[in-house]
Amino acid sequence: MSVLDSKIPEGPIDRKWSDYKNKIRLVNPANKRNIDVIVVGTGLAGGSAAASLAELGYNVKAFCFQDSPRRAHSIAAQGGINAAKNYQGDGDSVFRLFYDTVKGGDYRSREANVHRLAEVSASIIDQCVAQGVPFARDYGGLLDNRSFGGVLVSRTFYAKGQTGQQLLLGAYSAMSRQIGKGKIRMYTRHEMQELVVVDGKARGIIARNSVNGELERHSAHAVVIASGGYGNVFFLSTNAMGSNVSANWKIHKKGAQFANPCFTQIHPTCIPVSGENQSKLTLMSESLRNDGRIWVPKNIEDVEAIKQGTKKPTDLTEDERDYYLERRYPSFGNLVPRDVASRAAKERCDAGYGVNATGEAVYLDFAAAIERYGKEQAHVQHVESPTAEDIYKLGKGVVEGKYGNLFQMYYKITDDNPYETPMKIYPAVHYTMGGVWVDYNLMSTIPGCYVAGEANFSDHGANRLGASALMQGLADGYFVLPYTIGDYLADDIRTGAIPTDTTEFDEAENAVRSHLERLIDVQGTKSVDYFHKRLGKVMWNNVGMARNEKDLNSAILEIQNIRNEFYSNVRIPGKIDELNPELEKAGRVADFLELGELMAIDALSRNESCGGHFREESQTPEGEAQRKDDEYGYVASWEYSGNPSEPKLHKEDLVFENIKLVQRSYK
Amino acid sequence: MKLNLKIWRQNGPQDKGEMKTYPIDGVDGDMSFLEMMDMLNNQLVESGESPVAFDHDCREGICGMCSLYINGEAHGPDRGVTTCQLHMRKFNDGDTIYIEPWRAKAFPVIKDLVVDRSSFDRIMNSGGFVSVNTSGNTVDANSIPIPKDDADKAFEAATCIGCGACVASCKNASAMLFVSAKVSQLSLLPQGKVEAKERVLNMVQTMDDEGFGNCTNTGACEVECPKGISLENIARMNREYLKGALTK
Ligand SMILES: Cc1cc2nc3c(=O)[nH]c(=O)nc-3n(C[C@H](O)[C@H](O)[C@H](O)COP(=O)(O)OP(=O)(O)OC[C@H]3O[C@@H](n4cnc5c(N)ncnc54)[C@H](O)[C@@H]3O)c2cc1C
Ligand code: SF4
Ligand code: FES
Repeated sequence: MSVLDSKIPEGPIDRKWSDYKNKIRLVNPANKRNIDVIVVGTGLAGGSAAASLAELGYNVKAFCFQDSPRRAHSIAAQGGINAAKNYQGDGDSVFRLFYDTVKGGDYRSREANVHRLAEVSASIIDQCVAQGVPFARDYGGLLDNRSFGGVLVSRTFYAKGQTGQQLLLGAYSAMSRQIGKGKIRMYTRHEMQELVVVDGKARGIIARNSVNGELERHSAHAVVIASGGYGNVFFLSTNAMGSNVSANWKIHKKGAQFANPCFTQIHPTCIPVSGENQSKLTLMSESLRNDGRIWVPKNIEDVEAIKQGTKKPTDLTEDERDYYLERRYPSFGNLVPRDVASRAAKERCDAGYGVNATGEAVYLDFAAAIERYGKEQAHVQHVESPTAEDIYKLGKGVVEGKYGNLFQMYYKITDDNPYETPMKIYPAVHYTMGGVWVDYNLMSTIPGCYVAGEANFSDHGANRLGASALMQGLADGYFVLPYTIGDYLADDIRTGAIPTDTTEFDEAENAVRSHLERLIDVQGTKSVDYFHKRLGKVMWNNVGMARNEKDLNSAILEIQNIRNEFYSNVRIPGKIDELNPELEKAGRVADFLELGELMAIDALSRNESCGGHFREESQTPEGEAQRKDDEYGYVASWEYSGNPSEPKLHKEDLVFENIKLVQRSYK
Repeated sequence: MKLNLKIWRQNGPQDKGEMKTYPIDGVDGDMSFLEMMDMLNNQLVESGESPVAFDHDCREGICGMCSLYINGEAHGPDRGVTTCQLHMRKFNDGDTIYIEPWRAKAFPVIKDLVVDRSSFDRIMNSGGFVSVNTSGNTVDANSIPIPKDDADKAFEAATCIGCGACVASCKNASAMLFVSAKVSQLSLLPQGKVEAKERVLNMVQTMDDEGFGNCTNTGACEVECPKGISLENIARMNREYLKGALTK
């Protein structure tokens, strides 16, 4: 297994998917009843896949580690979902969405996959509305849109600041319907621990029931992994506490290659770190950049005065402020893509202009938006010569309507009122573009093992555009996988149920048991969090927003050390066969400690800057990312060799036939 | 801050359980309540004691997984927040804080502060959906305009996070607020109206079967609901139920 075959269909880009779908093999309904599919994960990708596969007639077993499928991390997505509907008549089209996404990803994604994504995007919105997803609407009763970074059209559908929640509840309702019918068997509070491979094909999993600690065997004809992203390798991220790489990592160690692991998205607008005991970071949605303006003081004296509390940000006049994104990128302004916005914030803070005690914060200011909306409303409501206070009130009402829950969240966390004083924000780890390598069918390098949603490396190249993850997760689950998996399962109509009393299942279960025993038997002196935090610091400092050869090399050594120490000094209380949250955490951190090293190795081997991956050695004179297409125009796909420190690199060359490669510019 | 924590410890569903006292020092106001619990747990682990099990995931008030009953109130003393969004600045140095699990017949304790809320899922499985296939071959999303007011109301109802605080705060352990939020959302939208009658009857039936209590309009649920789900939804569901029951 070395040559990566992406299985991209022949033909012109806009015909590939439809022609392929017409030719794909189907399984007849009577035969589907004899075929089992396991879906690990019930987020947008897993939830939509499980519901659709069950509707088609397959027997689905779905797994999640939370106590309900509705709690998958997709629930936390705030800002919106893209679709090429062109309801605003502002020139949007499938091609434009395709183009924006490939360019936004800094030309490190597969054209054919991205085009398919853009093609199915419109159906997602139709589907969700039919399920009763209450998207925002205008007074005429039609769907409303907003803009996200890196594009010049309004194609983002939203439900206030809770778009992910509403979409996930839609997918959850579709699952609930199938659970009610008995077509999906739902296993909550279950964590996949191992993939079972029989004759080279994925045929089942070992899962641990976290309520009683029992290891269970589950067989199927195909296994879909939709377990989300691995941002928590940095300890602090905007991901939920339980988000992890383990399902991905287990299949990686069984033969699935891991692609572009170092491609991490650092999101520009998050609430800054406040203290050592902090357990996670909170995102302030990118949608806020529709209306918020980002700035730091122009003069270093004002920075000091603000830090000392002798001046407030609202005391500074317009000319005393540096709206650095508007200054550097006049055509996109505050709506540059995330990687660009994050690096620009870091640049200002590194230069000493950070506005909080740690020097790692910039302002996101709504005063201008409140005034603009206030005036507009005064006009609409025929308020004669409105006072400043009238305008503020009216404007605040509009802003509240758009972002109310985000402002409340900010207030609860920081105790600062963002209607009155600008928010303080700083970049934080948010999303991982890297993931398990999959072909056009979303199949990994293990036959029968599919990977969907954030867990695969897929469609976002080196930088994901806002509102595209929700689109991709639902596209994978509702509209891609249900077709492509049929082609594979067509060979299994006569296989019959896969037995679990075989040596392959015995071996997999034993391996899991001995790994868990090894962890619990250490009985050292430090908690799991202690190691996770240390790993996170190394990752953030050396494999974070800016990377260089020296720091990456030292990260590799440090991670190896932390890993060794972990296995000799971690302390996990309790037993395997009981509810044991520390043991669950330990299993996840053990995998992060191997993944972190692979991320550093990958970042080291890619000596170019692209998207979120910024190598200090490769920048333009103005400090922008410098791609090297001739040397690095490929997907870096890593094979596990048996030793986490010695992965084997495979390359999938990226061919661009429809889009011309240029240095990205948002000026 | 120095605090005195009184925490419910229960080894398993069959165990009787008891309150235990844990003093903790060095808590600062910017920490969230669950970060304070993390700190306690790390100390317990490193001193060889068993940490306190509690549910949580997103830690930003949206997944509905966290669920603590703090000083006699679901999600603690602050309004409009979940436990994970509660910050220690709401407490004072020297305070004693009582921490218990949700208590309701339909939410049995699994361990310590962790309860089993799968009864909520079973209610959803019995009707909390629109019966539309996920093929995508539906009508264009803009072909049925929905009055903004209805869309907004449906959205408000749909923001329920399924945490169960309403049940935990209710002296009857009724699930009316939770169920009515879903019934309302779908009955306000044209897409959901088609099967509105069966939906409400089936969901109410399951709610009763699962052992939730009756609603006697005390309104405690609305007060403690972190998402401000309004009692209006219960009124709307009662109307829907009557309609459904009369035409059945
Ligand atoms: C705060 C925040 C805001 C965001 N906002 C947006 C936005 O506005 N627009 C946008 O497009 N994207 C947004 N994103 C990104 C987007 O939400 C995610 O990329 C996407 O939801 C991931 O979906 P998923 O289905 O792949 O995985 P997830 O939703 O993470 O689901 C993972 C599932 O896998 C299960 N699981 C994991 N490991 C195991 C295991 N070992 N065993 C069993 N089950 C397991 C979990 O229980 C869960 O059910 C946001 C992300 C964050 C963090
Ligand atoms: S109605 Fe409120 S309290 Fe009840 S489950 Fe929903 S969000 Fe929680
Ligand atoms: S942990 Fe998700 S709501 Fe509290």
